[in-house]
Formats: sequence, C-alpha cells, structure tokens
Amino acid sequence: MADQQHEWILRLGDDALVLAQRLSEWCSHGPALEEDIALSNIALDLLGQARALLTLAGQRESQGRDEDALAYFRTDREFCNALLVELPNGHFGDTIVRQMLFDQFAVLRYEALASQAVDLELAAIAAKALKEVRYHAAHSAQWVVRLGDGTEESHRRVQKSLNVLWQYTAELFEDDAVSKACDEAGVQPLNGSFTARWTEQVRAILDEATLTCPESTALLTGGRSGRHTEHLSYMLAEMQVLQRTYPGAEW
Amino acid sequence: MVSDRVAQVERILDGVMDPELPFLTITELGMIQGCDLDKDGTVVIKLTPTYSGCPATDAIQDDIKSALQPVEPRFRIEIVHAPAWTTDWISPEAREKMRLNGIAPPEGTSADKAFLLGKSHTVPCPRCDSEDTRLVSPFGSTACKAHYQCNECAEPFDHFKCF
Repeated sequence: MADQQHEWILRLGDDALVLAQRLSEWCSHGPALEEDIALSNIALDLLGQARALLTLAGQRESQGRDEDALAYFRTDREFCNALLVELPNGHFGDTIVRQMLFDQFAVLRYEALASQAVDLELAAIAAKALKEVRYHAAHSAQWVVRLGDGTEESHRRVQKSLNVLWQYTAELFEDDAVSKACDEAGVQPLNGSFTARWTEQVRAILDEATLTCPESTALLTGGRSGRHTEHLSYMLAEMQVLQRTYPGAEW
Repeated sequence: MVSDRVAQVERILDGVMDPELPFLTITELGMIQGCDLDKDGTVVIKLTPTYSGCPATDAIQDDIKSALQPVEPRFRIEIVHAPAWTTDWISPEAREKMRLNGIAPPEGTSADKAFLLGKSHTVPCPRCDSEDTRLVSPFGSTACKAHYQCNECAEPFDHFKCF
C-alpha cells in the first residue's frame, strides 16, 4: 500500500505540475491583459499544489528525492499525469475548455481527499487546494459559457475544442491497482465514482454555453502508466533543460 | 525562561511585514499559527502560506530568519497546511489598514460560497467609498487579490479576495 500511495500522490502532483507548466506558457501571450494575469495566477496556484504534493510523494517514497528531483530528473515515461493536461495550449478557447474539464474533476477529487482522515498530510494539502480550484472552476466555467454562447465564430471554435478534448476525459475516471488500493485504504474513492457528478456539472455548463456534449467515442488513455503523447516530451525538454544542464543550479 | 524565549520570538514576528502588503505584519494576516518549544528546546514557528503557490512565502521565511538570527540561536520554521489559511483570520484593524492603503478588504466570510461568483458582496471603492464598483477580473496583481474598478471615481483598485 505504501508504494501505491506514493504513486497516487505522484499522479496528483504531476497533474498539477504539467498543467501549471502549460498555463505558464500563456504568460505575456494572453488574449487580454486581465486574462494573461488570470492564467498566470492559476498556473501559480497549481505550481504551489504540485510543490506540496511532490514533496510529500518524495517523503513517502523514501529514496531521498525532493520536489525538484521529481520535477526535473524524471523522464517522460516516469510522469503519470493524465494526457488531458499535457496537450498543447492551442488557442484560448482550447485552453479554457481543457481548464473547465479539468477544474470540474479537480474540485471533486480534492473534496474527497480533503474530507478523509486516513492520510492527514494529504488532506491538509487537498483542503487548501480545494479553495483554489473552486475559484479556478468558477472562472473557466464562466469563460466556456461566454465563448459558447458568444458569437457564431466563438461558438464554432469552442465546440471544436470540446470535440477534440472530450476524447481525453475518460482517462480521468479510470481505475487501476493504484486507485483501488487508495480506495480500499480509505484515502480516496475510486475515480469512477466521480463520473456521474462530473458529467452532470459539465453538462450543465455546456447547456448554458449552448454547446453540444460530444458522444463518447474513441477515448485516449495511457498517461497514468507513462504512455504519453509526444507533446509531453517537448514540454519536459523545455521545463527541465536548465537542471539537466547544470544539475543542482540555484539562483 | 522558556516562555520568555517564545514571547520574544512572538514579539519579533509581530514586526515582520508581508512583502506584498508592506503595511501589514504576517501576524496580522494570520500566517503565524503559533510558536512553541519542541523537546530539544528549539523554538518552532508554524507558518501557513496564504495560497499554495504564493511566491512571497519564501521571502517571508528569509525575513523571519534575518529578524530572529541576531537574538534567537535556536529556531526553525515549519510550514503547516492545516487548517487551511482563510481571510477570516484577518483582524478588523488589518482590514482597515488595507482600506487606508487603497486595497478593498475581504467582505463577509469565506463560508459564504457565493463569493466565488464575484458578485455576491458589494465591494466599496477604497478611494471614494462609492458602492458603485465593478469586477474587472477575478485575478489581480497577486494570487490573493481581484481587480476592480470604481464606476464613480473611475479609479482601478485591488480587492483582497474573500478566501
């Protein structure tokens, strides 16, 4: 169980870290100054969550790896984030639809983790993160409604974003030996147990946005076991280059 | 003797300012969650970050260290996440100082979930007190602030989010 719990926390940390890195790419490229600042703020919250989670994962692993060792010195195959968060940012509509799909999931996951009393260190990080992701969720939902129910052009473009990104959502709710062990230990119920509430909330947002919820067709998966899209490798190359070149560099 | 050391540390911490809100101390913001002696006689300072990713947390730790080092040889800072920091811990006096410094303080309490919509409470302008203000962006110059504008005097201002 100890191994699996460490792996579990690593997944949470990787989701937050990879999405933080993606969102930070918007810095100085946002569609408006306010939104540039908003995306950077969200990235910063996620990075803070990732730091706390990776630190905890490193402590549980007991191999002397700290947050930096886990962030900078693992290969793409060793990352266990969901594929959704590693996808390139695309245009602002792509980014905000991805954010909405992820935020709605993150709220449910952190609610569950914050309310359990089996792993108190994880519960404390989750309780803090929950307040932050709820704020993010309100923001991304509002934007999806604004773009979906906006002009013909914005509606057409975010519908397309949704159709593409939807293929990556089923992975969030998959269960395996690691998530089953966490469920049995009482740390977090199965990912699958969030499906109904997530679908209901996402559908409510899409309805208000006048967007059509895609049919579940071909669904892509593999991130939890290290089988990623090629996009993660390029992202990590940029994120890790300094520490790989000058190991242990500080400034 | 023992409590003297803790009391001295607390007194010094009362003088450590927040780097982003230099008119408020970290104690006034509710970031110090207690000081105590551990069994080895080290003063343990429990520090809670406001937001998970607040970059000021590192600067604050450095400021605490430089304030304490001349007088207290044995102390350590412990980062605590529970209970999660909330703006409910900010005193009325500190809220008034925010207003005087052009930042609209948090309105209401964090238990009021409607704050997430950014339109539940009226946020009066810290410059002219007008209640006719609008939310420009829920994310402002730092993680803890939202960006507002006064419709009356047209002044843009920061609002310390209720969190």
